[in-house]
Amino acid sequence: MIDLKKHQFLFEELVKRDFKKKYKRTVLGMGWSVLSPLLMLLVMKLVFGGLFAKDIPHYTTYLFCGLLMFQFFSESSALGMRSLMENAAIFSKINVPKYLFLLAKNVQVLINFALILAVFFVFALIDGIEFSWRLLLLPYPIVTLLAFNIGIGFILSALFIFFKDIDYLWSVALQLMMYGSAIFYRVDALSPSLQTLFAYNPIYRHIAYVRELVIAGSIPSPSAHLILALIAATTFALGALVYKRTNTKFLYYV
Amino acid sequence: MLKCEGVSVGYQTGDFKSIGLKEWAVRRIKGNYRVEKFWADRDISFVLNEGDMLGIIGTNGAGKSTLLKAISGVMVPSEGKIMRRGKIAALLELASGFDSQLTVKENTYLRGALLGYTRKFMDDTYKRIIDFAELEEFEDRPFAQLSSGMKSRLAFSIASLVQPEILILDEVLSVGDGAFRAKSEAKMKEIIKGGATTILVSHSIHQIRSLCNKILWLDHGRQILFTDDVKCACDRYERFLAGEETI
Repeated sequence: MIDLKKHQFLFEELVKRDFKKKYKRTVLGMGWSVLSPLLMLLVMKLVFGGLFAKDIPHYTTYLFCGLLMFQFFSESSALGMRSLMENAAIFSKINVPKYLFLLAKNVQVLINFALILAVFFVFALIDGIEFSWRLLLLPYPIVTLLAFNIGIGFILSALFIFFKDIDYLWSVALQLMMYGSAIFYRVDALSPSLQTLFAYNPIYRHIAYVRELVIAGSIPSPSAHLILALIAATTFALGALVYKRTNTKFLYYV
Repeated sequence: MLKCEGVSVGYQTGDFKSIGLKEWAVRRIKGNYRVEKFWADRDISFVLNEGDMLGIIGTNGAGKSTLLKAISGVMVPSEGKIMRRGKIAALLELASGFDSQLTVKENTYLRGALLGYTRKFMDDTYKRIIDFAELEEFEDRPFAQLSSGMKSRLAFSIASLVQPEILILDEVLSVGDGAFRAKSEAKMKEIIKGGATTILVSHSIHQIRSLCNKILWLDHGRQILFTDDVKCACDRYERFLAGEETI
């Protein structure tokens, strides 16, 4: 299914187009991609800092880990959901592999993520985090989350074509997930039954992995690695299957 | 070479998208939920060889555009088989699919990429495309500022300068002013001489008569005839349009 070599030129042009369109008519351009999570960080720090900061060491970094990973997911899923519909005028006239639209969007999100990640390192340094060689493992949760994002994107973008209401449902779901991903609070302060619920949140799994690596400076357990890989592989496979089953029918619904 | 064997393309009607979620749930519970199929094309068969130019005629809603979509690979036929050999360039509803926020140059590259060209090819051909479309002064202008005639000219130039083996033209030649029309007709004749298989949909019978060597007549999705006797078929079609003959 993935035939990127053959479609490399098209893929590059789509990524370029998405970039140009996104930052057109804004004064700050790409600055916004960094500024908006920073503003979010500032607000959360001000609102929740007084409540939680004394129990959580390196609270700024703790918050930033959560926001970093959660925004990566939420931005990718929200943009990915529309990526097929937005290009309906193209794929209903020209025979192109439609998954390229989704992948191009995810490249855009990944580049944004890289920018925020650079700022994240600066903040962590200021926050007194010691950088060790273990940080070399950081690409691991990023790659698994990327695969998870693409899988979700396949499912959402197909659903969005058949069923526009998913847009509203998804924004509610994201809202719930944001509060349920322990971005600004600690999970171990909650009741044990609630804690087990967090184990089923893939985003929380990724956030916890990054926190352990960056703040505690230790390598997460092998089972943490295995779980992330399983989440990524199953979601990606499921998404690809949904795409494969539905992509020839999109045309009738756009 | 292009071969269609018993090609049928159907649209689903009456599923939850067209009747709404509530009605869908009600019918599901009552057990009288039915999906109906509307056949835009039914059992179409023809063979084209290199150098052939097929004219597809028929009134509105005959299934011409749907058939072109199936041939170009945008749609998958519900039944039947389409065999095609060679690079296809399809010009379906020309001006659409361009991005009004990008410039002319950006759109040209994007369209080239969508049609499956390589970057090297676009770098080499870009100048010729713009020259042919007569848009030299507009290269860096936003696409939204172009007239619809200019957009169609650009679309035609991009698709026709590649020497495609199969060229599909949907109402393409009815755009642009007289001078450009003459130029594009000349260009098409050149492509056909080069051995390409071309399909033309046009409401201009005059154009079909002067360009095509085979005719496919569709009516309400059915194939009325497929013949290489262009003159006879066009005469009959004109009598049919005038109401002097029935099918």
